[in-house]
Amino acid sequence: MLNVNHLSCERDYRLLFEDLSFTVNEGEVLLVEGGNGAGKTTLLRILCGLYSEYQGDVDWRLSETPVYLGHKPGVKDLLSARENLTWLTGLYQSDITPAQITAALWQVGLKGFEEVLCGAMSEGQRKRVNLALLYLLDSLAWVLDEPLSAIDVEGVANLESCMDAHLARGGSLILTSHLPLSLSRPIKKLRLGN
Amino acid sequence: MRLFLAVLRRELLIAYRNSADLLNPLIFFVIVISLFPLGVSPSGPILSQIAPGVIWVAALLATLLSMDSLFRSDYDDGSLELMTFSREPLVLLVLGKIVSHWLVTGVPLAVLSPVLALMLFLNFEGAWALFLSLLLGTPILSLLGAIGASLTVGLRKGGLLIAVLILPLYVPVLILATAMVQAGAQAVDYTGHMLWLGAILAASIGFAPIAASAGVRISLSR
Repeated sequence: MLNVNHLSCERDYRLLFEDLSFTVNEGEVLLVEGGNGAGKTTLLRILCGLYSEYQGDVDWRLSETPVYLGHKPGVKDLLSARENLTWLTGLYQSDITPAQITAALWQVGLKGFEEVLCGAMSEGQRKRVNLALLYLLDSLAWVLDEPLSAIDVEGVANLESCMDAHLARGGSLILTSHLPLSLSRPIKKLRLGN
Repeated sequence: MRLFLAVLRRELLIAYRNSADLLNPLIFFVIVISLFPLGVSPSGPILSQIAPGVIWVAALLATLLSMDSLFRSDYDDGSLELMTFSREPLVLLVLGKIVSHWLVTGVPLAVLSPVLALMLFLNFEGAWALFLSLLLGTPILSLLGAIGASLTVGLRKGGLLIAVLILPLYVPVLILATAMVQAGAQAVDYTGHMLWLGAILAASIGFAPIAASAGVRISLSR
């Protein structure tokens, strides 16, 4: 699904990685590891076309755009959870019904918060509104930057089962995480730095 | 196209819920103009002569003041990043944001301007020409300003830089529009000025969103 060949990136006169080649196929997980500042976020942003100062090839074999969820949740304080999610899913697909959005919000544990303004929510809850996208979109490629940060234990378990379902339907997953992750499939690891 | 309407709906809803921020440029506009009779002279002939320039400069600065916030909050909370993944071109989303910016700043300025024009002893024909010139001119200000806003959104203090980048582009609009209002006040035909403003508007509708969306991509890839 994703082929990366001879990828190198230098940022602020510092070599983040050099001659990086890997593939991610259907149903595979790639965990990008490395310390703070090792270039994990930069790598994910390169893969999604958000950062263009690199050498090498990034080749997606996909009909739709990958879903990229970064550090910032992309959630507006002045909109309710439902309004935010309606807007965000609308960016990718036009066929999402209000009932599906309600169901997704329940699945991420925001039952009863559908009409609450996101400005009144906690950090973790805002992150959950963002993660609800994963339950709604058809895209087979997920690129997630620290999806588990600010999420509680129960939420992590929920997310892991969501990821398992995604992999089972032939999706692929590229993520960074400082927290341990237990998935039913083997996790390929890519270590950045040194 | 549906996404264009979705952006418009979202922006207007946010603007409505954030109405305090919305009023800022408008209050600035009124305050600046009402200081002129106090500071320059309360006499009618002097005020009516400077009225077109004063009102237009105030409208221009009010727009510039609100320009920095066009992409700022979307950049800060990550929405802008997600918009680049949309199924429809980013240009459409940017255009939607610009149109909503015009609806919440440009249109109120234009609607309010005849009242302020009469306060500065501009005659009725002049006030009407002023209204028309602002209706044609403020969308140009929003469109061109969006280019500056898109390029400076990644910087922490972009406010002044926008002014430096964009003011030279505003100058032709200012000259044309004030000439149009003066012509109107003296009961001279101002169709030519209107056509010129219309032409600039048409050109900026075509090019500014493309430039602004390219600017957004540049600002994001840092």
